Amino acid sequence: MAEKLVGQRLKRTEDPRLIQGLAHYVDDIRLPDTLHAVFVRSIYAHARIKGVDISEATKAPGVVAVYTGKDVAKVGPVPCAAALPGLKVPDHRVLAGNKVYFVGHPIAVVVAHDKYMAKDAADLIQVDYEELPVAMDEEKAAQGGPVIHEQFGDNVAYKLTAGEGDIEAALKSADKVIKQRILHRRLAPIAMEGRGVLARYYPGEQELTLWTSTQIPHLARTQIAIMLGMPENKLRLIAPEVGGGFGSKLNVYAEEALLGWISIQTGKPIKWIEGRRENIQATIHGRGQTGTIEIGFKKDGTLTGFRYDVFADMGAYHQLLTPAIPTLTGLMLSGCYKIPAIQMNVTGVFTNKMSTDAYRGAGRPEATYVIERALDLVAADLGMDVVEVRRKNFPAPSEFPFKTATGLFYDSGNYEGALKKALDMAGYPKLREEQKQARKEGRIMGIGVSTYVEICAIGPSAATPAGGWESATVRVEPTGKVTILTGCSPHGQGEETAFAQIAADQLGVDVNDVTVIHGDTAVVQYGIGTFGSRGMAVGGTAVYLALQKLREKANKIAAHMLECEVEHVSFQEGKFSRHGGKAKTGSVPAPVVPDMEAPAGALPQPHPQGKHVTIQDVALAAHIAKNLPPDMEPGLAAIHFFEPKNFTFPFGTHIAVVELDRETGETHFKRYVAVDDCGKVINPMLVEGQVHGGIVQSLGQALYEEVVYDDQGQLVSGTFMDYALPKASMVPWLELDRTETPTDVNPMGVKGVGEAGTIGATPAIVSAIVDALKPYGVSHLDMPIKPEHLWRIINQKKTGAA
Amino acid sequence: MKKTINVTVNGVSHQNEVEPRMLLVHYLRDALSLTGTHIGCETSLCGACTVLVDGQAVKSCTLLAVQADGSKVTTIEGFAADGKLHPVQQGFWEHHGLQCGYCTPGMIVAAAQLLERNPDPSEEEIRHGIEGNLCRCTGYQHIVQAIQCAAKKMQSKSAVAR
Repeated sequence: MAEKLVGQRLKRTEDPRLIQGLAHYVDDIRLPDTLHAVFVRSIYAHARIKGVDISEATKAPGVVAVYTGKDVAKVGPVPCAAALPGLKVPDHRVLAGNKVYFVGHPIAVVVAHDKYMAKDAADLIQVDYEELPVAMDEEKAAQGGPVIHEQFGDNVAYKLTAGEGDIEAALKSADKVIKQRILHRRLAPIAMEGRGVLARYYPGEQELTLWTSTQIPHLARTQIAIMLGMPENKLRLIAPEVGGGFGSKLNVYAEEALLGWISIQTGKPIKWIEGRRENIQATIHGRGQTGTIEIGFKKDGTLTGFRYDVFADMGAYHQLLTPAIPTLTGLMLSGCYKIPAIQMNVTGVFTNKMSTDAYRGAGRPEATYVIERALDLVAADLGMDVVEVRRKNFPAPSEFPFKTATGLFYDSGNYEGALKKALDMAGYPKLREEQKQARKEGRIMGIGVSTYVEICAIGPSAATPAGGWESATVRVEPTGKVTILTGCSPHGQGEETAFAQIAADQLGVDVNDVTVIHGDTAVVQYGIGTFGSRGMAVGGTAVYLALQKLREKANKIAAHMLECEVEHVSFQEGKFSRHGGKAKTGSVPAPVVPDMEAPAGALPQPHPQGKHVTIQDVALAAHIAKNLPPDMEPGLAAIHFFEPKNFTFPFGTHIAVVELDRETGETHFKRYVAVDDCGKVINPMLVEGQVHGGIVQSLGQALYEEVVYDDQGQLVSGTFMDYALPKASMVPWLELDRTETPTDVNPMGVKGVGEAGTIGATPAIVSAIVDALKPYGVSHLDMPIKPEHLWRIINQKKTGAA
Repeated sequence: MKKTINVTVNGVSHQNEVEPRMLLVHYLRDALSLTGTHIGCETSLCGACTVLVDGQAVKSCTLLAVQADGSKVTTIEGFAADGKLHPVQQGFWEHHGLQCGYCTPGMIVAAAQLLERNPDPSEEEIRHGIEGNLCRCTGYQHIVQAIQCAAKKMQSKSAVAR
C-alpha cells in the first residue's frame, strides 16, 4: 500500500480541542449533585494511630459522610501485580488501619457538598498519633533498625540474583576491575494533571462508572472490580483526556476504588481531584536505587564482566509494579556492549516513604546510567577516548539478533551508525580541540557521550504480569467513515493522529474521516494500555493488522460487486479495481426487489462504477447486505489482538557539551545532540516531541530533581518551590536526527520512542560534567548535580571547602 | 457572607454571589463552567491557570474571585474569534507545541501576553518569557517554535493592517 501519510509531519487531530480549552479532563466533567472528597493524610512517616476523632467533622456544614479505615475494611487491598520468588507483600488497605507508614498515607476521607466544605471539615479531624522510629535509607533499612511491617521481621521485601555467565571468573580474568558506588535519587513523575476520579453509581442498573486519569483503563477496571467485589462487566471505567502520566498513572490507586465505593454507599456521584502537594506525597515516585558497580576490563578496553549490587527503595507498600521495576534494570545491564558475564544482585527494601514504581523508563534508565558510567570509568582509567571504548565493545550489525548475558535477544541494531551520525553532527574532534583551548583559557568545558539501547514495545505476554499484547477494532461505517477502537489508551502521545495516519494509508481514505476511540471500557474491547514505549509498536501494530483483516474482507465484497475473482481485484487509494479475468456469471439469481423511488432519509445504494468500487461503496454494501458473497457475514469490521514475539530494542547516541560557571557552579549547555533510532517512523513530529520531552526530564534528573525526605521522614520537596522541574530557560536547543533500523518483531518495523530521551540523556549530561571536571580529579558525581556541589569542587583549593 | 461580583469574561458580563475566599480559577471553572483553565499546582508556580485580567496575564489559582470584581477576564475559551484560531493557537498546532495539553491553555495565554509586549522575541526572550509556565511533556522546544511562528503570523498580519 502506498504510504502517503505515514512518515509525514501531520498536525495532530487531537489539538483543536486542546488548544481551545474544550477538552475534558476528569475535573472538567460535571454531573449534577456531585459530592466532593478530601483526604486526611498522615503527617508522620511512621506512627501508630491511637484514635481518629471525626465527631466535629461530621457535624460541619455540608458534610455527608466521613469514613476511616474501619469503615472501608470490605474494600479489597490495593493490588501488586508483580510476582517474584519470596516476595513479601504487605496488606495494603485503601485507608490506614492502626498504623501509618509514610507521610501522605490516607487515614480518612471527608465527603461533602462542595470541595471547600470538605476541606474545612477535614481540618476538624483529630488524629491521635504515637510516633514510631523511621526507616528511611534503603541500604540501612535492609540491614536493621526499625521494622516497618512487623509481621515480616525485617524490611527486606525480596532478594534476587539475575544474569548469565560466570561473573567471578569474568572479573578475575580482567586486567582491572573498577568499583563505584552510584545513587539514583527518587524522582516524582509530575504529570501536569495530577490524579483525579469521578465515580457515579446507578443503583437500578447496579452499574458503576468511574472516570479516572489513568494509562490503563482496562487493567484498572479489572483490579478495581476485584477490590470492590463487583462483577467486572458492571464497572465501566473511562479514561477521559489524560494530562500526562509518565508511568505515574500506570497503576491502581486506593483513591480510585474508594471513590467507587463511596458512590455506591451514597448513591451520588463523587469527585476527588488530587492537589499538587498530595501528588508529590501520594502518587508513585520513580528510581530510588543505591548501588555499587564492578566493571572488569582488559588493557585494550574489552569488557569482561559487569556486576551491579543494588538496594532498591520500594517505599512502604508495593503499588502495581513496584518490586518488578528493578528487574527491568537487570535486563538492560549489558547496554549496547558485548559483556560475557553480567550479574545483578538486588535487595528490595521497605522504607517509610511513598511507593516507587514505573517512572518514564522504569528501571531501564538506571541500567543505562550505570553501564554508561562504567564505560566512562574504564575510558578514564585507560586514558582512552570515551567513544573508542564504546566502539571497542559494540556488537556489529551482522551479530543481530544479539544475545546478551542478561538473557535477551536484541532484535536489530546499528550502534556504530547512530554514533557516527551524532559525532558528525556534533563535530566531535573539533569539540575536543575546543575543549583543550578552553582549558588553556581556564574555562571548564566538558563533552559527554552516551550510547544507549532500550527495551521497548512491552512486551511479549510471557514477560509481563498482565498480558503484553494490544487490541484494535477497525470499522468502516455505512457512510464510509472509519472508526478505530484501540486498547492502547494514550495520554498525550498523539495516537489519535498516528493511528489515523496508518488507517488513512491502508484504506485510502481521508485522514479526517478516521476517528480513534480509546479509554472507555464500555466501548473499546479489552486492551492493556500505554506505557513501556508500546503505543505504536504494539498498539499501532494491532491497528495495522486489524486493517489487513478488514481489507481482506472488503476485497472479497469488492470482487463480488465487480463480478470477478478476488485475485483479479487490486486496491489502491481507496479504490478496488478489476484487472482482467472474466466477469463471473452469477450462479445465484439476484432477488427481485420492487423498483421504487428511495424515500427521503434512505441510504444511497452502492454503485459499482464499471471496473471500480470504492471502499465506501464496499462498506455500504456490507451493511445493506442485500448482495454479498454467499456465506459472508454482513458488516465491515475487524478486530485484532496482537501478541508481539519479542521486545524491540531502539538505540541511539546522545552528546552533551557543557561549560560550568566558575563563579556560580551552574551548568550551561553549549550543545545537545541526539541521534535516536526507533525503527520506522509514522509521524516524525510526534517522535521529536517524545525525544524532546524525554531529554528534558533527564536533564531535570541530572541537574535539579529530587524527592527529598528528611531523616524523620518528612517530605521536604512537596511543592514546585522545592521540587525543581526544568523551566524553558534551563533547557538548551536540542539538535536531533535519526537513523532508521527496522525491526522484524512487527510488520511495520516500528520500535517505540516514548522513553528514549529519559534513557539516553542522563548519562550524557553527567558524563559531560564529569569530563569538564577531569582536571579537578573528578571521576564520578551523583545526581542531581547541583551548582553548590560544583562550585565547591571548582573552588575547593581557593576556599579549602570540598 | 457572600459578596456580589460583576465580571466580564470573554466579552460576556456575569453577576454572581461568591464566597470571599473563592479562588478566581474556581469561579471560572465551577460558577461559569469555563473548564479550559486548568489547575496544576495551587501555588502560582506552574502557570496552568493563567488567564488575562484586564489584559494582564495572571495566575488565577492565587487570585480571589472578588479581586476580579469589575474586571474583564479573558480565558483560553475567548482566544479563538469568529471561528478562527488565535495566531498563538495556530502556532501551537502547527509546531506540535503540546502533547497532553494540560499546561497548554495557560501556556498560550502567557505566550500571547509575551508577544503583545515583545512582538519579535529572540529564542532566549521566549524561554525567559514562559518561565512561569511549566510543561512536563514537550521539553519546550516545540513551544518555542510555536511562539516564533505565532510572532511571524502576527507581524505579517499587522503589516497587512498597516
